[in-house]
Amino acid sequence: MIVRVMGEGQFEIDDEVAKGLNELDEQAERALQAEDQEQLAELLERMAEAVRTNGARLPDEDLSPSEGIAPPPDLTLEEAKELFEGEGLIPDLPAA
Amino acid sequence: MTVGLWQRFTMIFKAKASRTLDRVENPGETLDYSYQRQLEMLQKTKRGLADVVTAKKRLQHQTQGLEQSVVKLDGQARQALSAGRDDLARTALERKVLVQEQLQGLDQQIAGLEDQQRQMVAQQQELSQKVEAFRTQKEVIKAQYSAAEAQVRIGEAATGIGEQMADTGLAIQRAKDKTEQMQARASAIDELTTSGALEDFTSDQTQLDRELGAIASKSQVDKELEQMKAELGPGDAKKELSQ
Repeated sequence: MIVRVMGEGQFEIDDEVAKGLNELDEQAERALQAEDQEQLAELLERMAEAVRTNGARLPDEDLSPSEGIAPPPDLTLEEAKELFEGEGLIPDLPAA
Repeated sequence: MTVGLWQRFTMIFKAKASRTLDRVENPGETLDYSYQRQLEMLQKTKRGLADVVTAKKRLQHQTQGLEQSVVKLDGQARQALSAGRDDLARTALERKVLVQEQLQGLDQQIAGLEDQQRQMVAQQQELSQKVEAFRTQKEVIKAQYSAAEAQVRIGEAATGIGEQMADTGLAIQRAKDKTEQMQARASAIDELTTSGALEDFTSDQTQLDRELGAIASKSQVDKELEQMKAELGPGDAKKELSQ
């Protein structure tokens, strides 16, 4: 499946890798709930690293939609809150 | 099983990305506009970084000033010591230690700024590439939109470019925020060093300078006195002897 690591690009990974990511993902969610910045940063980086090392990078010009989208690995707790509580982090596309 | 952070992120992100192109009447215009916005923000980030570099240069300049005063204070301590004024030598050395501490702190701040600056430069280069890739993509999409028969296939590509757009948008936004934080930090350090304690250490040396100056002029007077005595001395001595 195709996943995107925000700020880095898209990668094609196989299901086995995706399964491993799910586990890390649940831990990351718990770290977020516990407001544990250090733990969150570590898990996000581990997830991104798993994708980078096990996945094949797609060219920037590729327009395939991603099945999974990982937040930027250096996402701060503050940004995460903004993102999940207010949906405020991702900028709106200005109407032309 | 709990819903993971990544999963939640994906949902929010996709909702946002698909909303962007769904609601617009003229996707071509929207894409062009979005590209322009990306370029503008990238430019702003670059300007912000330039400000940080300027602030850093000012700090480096101040470092030079402090280094000079370390040398000066060291010289003054020696001067005082050779004049037998241990108390003044101590004052000079105490000041020297304080200036050295400030210098160390400043060096660390500069190194921190430099490190961040390097990261930002690398990030900006990546962003430039992304924005350039987006420019190419949007032209492809625009061409597809104008070909009516491609309407069916466009769905997936539109989602893809929406995703790309949101990704680049977020990356640029964060880069801009980070640059602003750096600017704030650099100017805070700058302010601290221009108006704060540092300035006092380097400029408020009048007492020390004055006392050392007094010693110097006293020794100059003493020396000239000795010279004069030496010149006149033999004559006087002869006089005394002859009497």
